[in-house]
Amino acid sequence: MKTATRPEPRPEQRPRPTEPRPRAPQARNDRGLRGRLRSVRKWNVPAGVASLVWLVIVGLPLYVLVLTTLRDRDAYFDEGSLALPGDLTLDNYRKVLESDFFTYLLNTAIVTVATAAIVIVLSVGVGYTVVRTLSRTSQRIFQFFLLGLAIPAQAVIIPIYLLITQMNLYDSLLAIILPTAAFCLPVCVLILAGTMRDIEEEMYESMALEGASQTRVLLQLVIPLSRGGISTVGVYSALQAWNNFLFPLILTQSRESRVLTLGLYDYVGQFRVDIPALLAAVVLSIVPIFVVYLFARRQLVNGLMGAGGR
Amino acid sequence: MGRPGIAWAVPGVLFFVLFAVGPMALVVYLSFTSWDGLGAFPSVSGTGNWERLFDDPTMRQAVWLSIVLTAASWLIQTPIALLLGVWSAGRQKNRAVLSAIFFLPLLASSVALALLWKSLLDPNFGLIAEIGPWFGLEDGNLLGSGRGAMAAVAFVAAWQFIPFHTLLYQGGARQIPKSFYEAASIDGAGTVRQFFSITLPQLRNTIVTSSVLMVVGALTFFDTVLILTEGGPGTDTTIVPYLMYETGFQAYDMGYASAVATVLVVVATAISLLMVRVSGFSSMRSTREGM
Repeated sequence: MKTATRPEPRPEQRPRPTEPRPRAPQARNDRGLRGRLRSVRKWNVPAGVASLVWLVIVGLPLYVLVLTTLRDRDAYFDEGSLALPGDLTLDNYRKVLESDFFTYLLNTAIVTVATAAIVIVLSVGVGYTVVRTLSRTSQRIFQFFLLGLAIPAQAVIIPIYLLITQMNLYDSLLAIILPTAAFCLPVCVLILAGTMRDIEEEMYESMALEGASQTRVLLQLVIPLSRGGISTVGVYSALQAWNNFLFPLILTQSRESRVLTLGLYDYVGQFRVDIPALLAAVVLSIVPIFVVYLFARRQLVNGLMGAGGR
Repeated sequence: MGRPGIAWAVPGVLFFVLFAVGPMALVVYLSFTSWDGLGAFPSVSGTGNWERLFDDPTMRQAVWLSIVLTAASWLIQTPIALLLGVWSAGRQKNRAVLSAIFFLPLLASSVALALLWKSLLDPNFGLIAEIGPWFGLEDGNLLGSGRGAMAAVAFVAAWQFIPFHTLLYQGGARQIPKSFYEAASIDGAGTVRQFFSITLPQLRNTIVTSSVLMVVGALTFFDTVLILTEGGPGTDTTIVPYLMYETGFQAYDMGYASAVATVLVVVATAISLLMVRVSGFSSMRSTREGM
């Protein structure tokens, strides 16, 4: 489970990415500067070697992954996973796309959007109360949500299964959406309460002077000024929904309500020894998030970390 | 001036109670039933599940394996994530490029990664069949032995989660004031010395956060075990969450599985409380001050 932690420093606090440090050289003792440069250079060798080792540990599996998906099944079994392939083929991807991949993708998209929408609406309400209401009860509410921070879904999956079957929701997308959203709430309330606390008291006062209602304060002040937090909450819950496996595994059954993660698991049986096709499905499942990573890296990372973005 | 009432929070609270807190109470109730997963709402049947729990060698083994996995995860992931995080906090071009690659595993679901590693660790055709011999693993059958399978689970967990913790440490390291290092280098402290006397103490809170998340994560590690080892060989990688799943959803002994799950609830709540206590989340006034 991912939880809110320190926020990334805001851009204006950051030193510019240019090196060396922005301090002018003559501003400091020449020997000190050279000494530091020397020590930096000395350190860089082991760090550089270690980072290359890590590059192999991370990169080699990913390289084999992509390479395997481009190979013919027989070539993979004959030549082994490391051999340079003779003929590259997109056949494996075609195989996956011709199966129920798009059904799974559509289901996952529905689950993801619905979960994010529910979480945003509910956690904005809770956050607003926790930050703006001075009563003891609202503090209790906050602590109540915090308690839920580390409740693992596995621990309560049996009663949730009971609940969902009693509600006649078993094997529907709603069966996945509702518990997934509930389990996102603690982190999201924490993020939004943090963001909303940064809104200046004076701004509330000036809205109060204009005689604005609580609803108007929420819509015209709190929500616009918490956009960063709300986008983090949205991305966080969307990722939780996108990657969730346990709830779909336990709470759905049929092909019609199968989401992508469960679909991948199902491909193990379907493709059996056709490892290249299975891995092509794995790659295809990563592609959507990868595209988001390319275009909205900061928001994605904030959402991954559950950090309060602003 | 007017302040909002509690009403705004009611829908969120009700929803959370229904699908998260309520089930927590319900799992305790279910642990006193012998529900088989079918039919009407089960009624209490006694303390049989709990008596069995304390006598069950599989449960004892599962608890032990969970502790081993948690400890191994912490020992492997913390030093690597810490060093990588501090390293990637630097703003050099090469570090930025390499970091972008290092963070790639974050983009995949645990199911996708488990399937990837299952095929890489296949003793006949996987990557391990080719590079295993370099590391003294002649037949490449890591998943065939109990210890090997456990090592594989810990390794895949590390591969999957180190990027996340690296990001935590990167964020932490970037918040250490530059002036600390400048002062230290004027005093003639080398980089190693600076790491131990500035970076490490300054990252204290990040280490706590990251460790708590690692522990909770390892306690609930499930998807990967299901796909990679199915708890085997035998029961050699049957950690507590997997035992709960197997008992509940494969053997349909929901009552006993609920007792196992209750143990998880208790441990997780204890850690949750500890987390709130240590981090001071509840007294936090703004995101900028937190932790």
